[in-house]
Amino acid sequence: MSRALVVSELRKRYGDLPVIGGLDLDVAPSEIVAVVGPSGCGKSTLLRLAAGLDTHYKGEIFVGDEKVCGPHPAVGLVFQEPRLFPWLDVERNVAFGLRERGGARSRELVAAALEAVELTQFAHALPKQLSGGMAQRVALARALVTEPQVLLLDEPFSSLDAFTRMRLQDHLLAAWTRYRPTLLLVTHDLDEAVYLADRVVLLGERPGRAIDVIPVAPPRPRDRRDPTLAALRVALLEALHLERDARLATA
Amino acid sequence: MFEAYQLPPPPVVLDAAVALWRRGLLQQDVIATVLRVAEGFAIGSLVAVVLGTATGLSRRTEEVFEPTLQALRAVPTLAWAPLLLLWLGIDEAPKVTLVAIGAFFPVYVNLVAGIKNVDRKLVDVARVFDLRALEIARRVVLPASLPSLLTGLRLGATQAWLFVVVAEFFGASHGLGFRLTDSLQSTRVDLMLVALVCLAVLGKLTDGAIRAIEHRSLRWRDTIGAGQTA
Repeated sequence: MSRALVVSELRKRYGDLPVIGGLDLDVAPSEIVAVVGPSGCGKSTLLRLAAGLDTHYKGEIFVGDEKVCGPHPAVGLVFQEPRLFPWLDVERNVAFGLRERGGARSRELVAAALEAVELTQFAHALPKQLSGGMAQRVALARALVTEPQVLLLDEPFSSLDAFTRMRLQDHLLAAWTRYRPTLLLVTHDLDEAVYLADRVVLLGERPGRAIDVIPVAPPRPRDRRDPTLAALRVALLEALHLERDARLATA
Repeated sequence: MFEAYQLPPPPVVLDAAVALWRRGLLQQDVIATVLRVAEGFAIGSLVAVVLGTATGLSRRTEEVFEPTLQALRAVPTLAWAPLLLLWLGIDEAPKVTLVAIGAFFPVYVNLVAGIKNVDRKLVDVARVFDLRALEIARRVVLPASLPSLLTGLRLGATQAWLFVVVAEFFGASHGLGFRLTDSLQSTRVDLMLVALVCLAVLGKLTDGAIRAIEHRSLRWRDTIGAGQTA
């Protein structure tokens, strides 16, 4: 099986504090994997490392056949906040990462990305005129326009209200259907994890490593009310609690 | 309160202005001063932008220039006047240089502070796209520090007007600053007031012009001040 993203024996520490302690992860092309775990278990750090923003780590991260040793055009990252450039309008924000901007080809790509997140008529708005959900959709379009093989998402919807969050999850799925990137989604929202992902990876307390991997079977489009999803959510909760209790018992 | 010779009434000042204009002296003064301000401000702020960008972006450049600049900044800028006079003679060069020094520091200090304050989070967005340092500087850091730069330019322009007057106190043969000292010698308060009004109007015009640029180029800002001219 070809693999889009491989993490093996990943270790990372900040000074004396080990954050990731031997993490293994294998993601297939166009697969959606959610990573959940208690805060401080290195979820965001994992994404920073995979995006090449921080190259001081032990172990290996491969994107396709290439080892990650710095930012890579095949890897995109959507942050928790939209982080739009306030001086650029929506269209220019989306075009930001394109090598050649302003040409007919770039206009096409940008238009397609904006269509994927249904923001075509806001192409010329400034970030300050957008709502939080719209801004995050622009950020999603900006990350997708360069057609990365792997898109990393760091709790992308966590600052939004529940309704906007659900809409954005569907926007994400729609965009994924169009671009088919591999998605690695860090989230603390278990409903989000089971609704979006093919597999949910559970990280244990710091230093984080995978303690369980739970496949999510129901085919897409999924129904949020599907009792299978609810059951999976319970299973996740139990696994997280078991892990914590085990820690407390040994401590 | 004041005698008429100490504070002449507005009609007298107006008459004095008209008389000065008829002799061609008022135009000459205004043009001389405006040219010195324009030249000095252009040179001072240009050097400030180049040096500020370099020290703001590169730690190495900062280590080379920053101690020297901080030391120079400790000198009250007007104290340069006698030295410049000695070095550069009494024609245009020392005057323009003094104005340039006056404009330089506010622009430099504000730009460097602006660059240092750019949100690392925005820089990270650019880094994920694998942009090189120079491109990050051009496309993220500089636009993000534009508000600080414009604040610096406004302060620099104010300084430039202040310094031109002082520069013209020393050995000028025309200019609004010269008019002030010249009128002091002949106790012509009316002429002094003409010069003061001219300086006020010109200073205000400069500030208004930079403010208009600020307003146009910072329309994207989401602040209380955005969209206001205040």
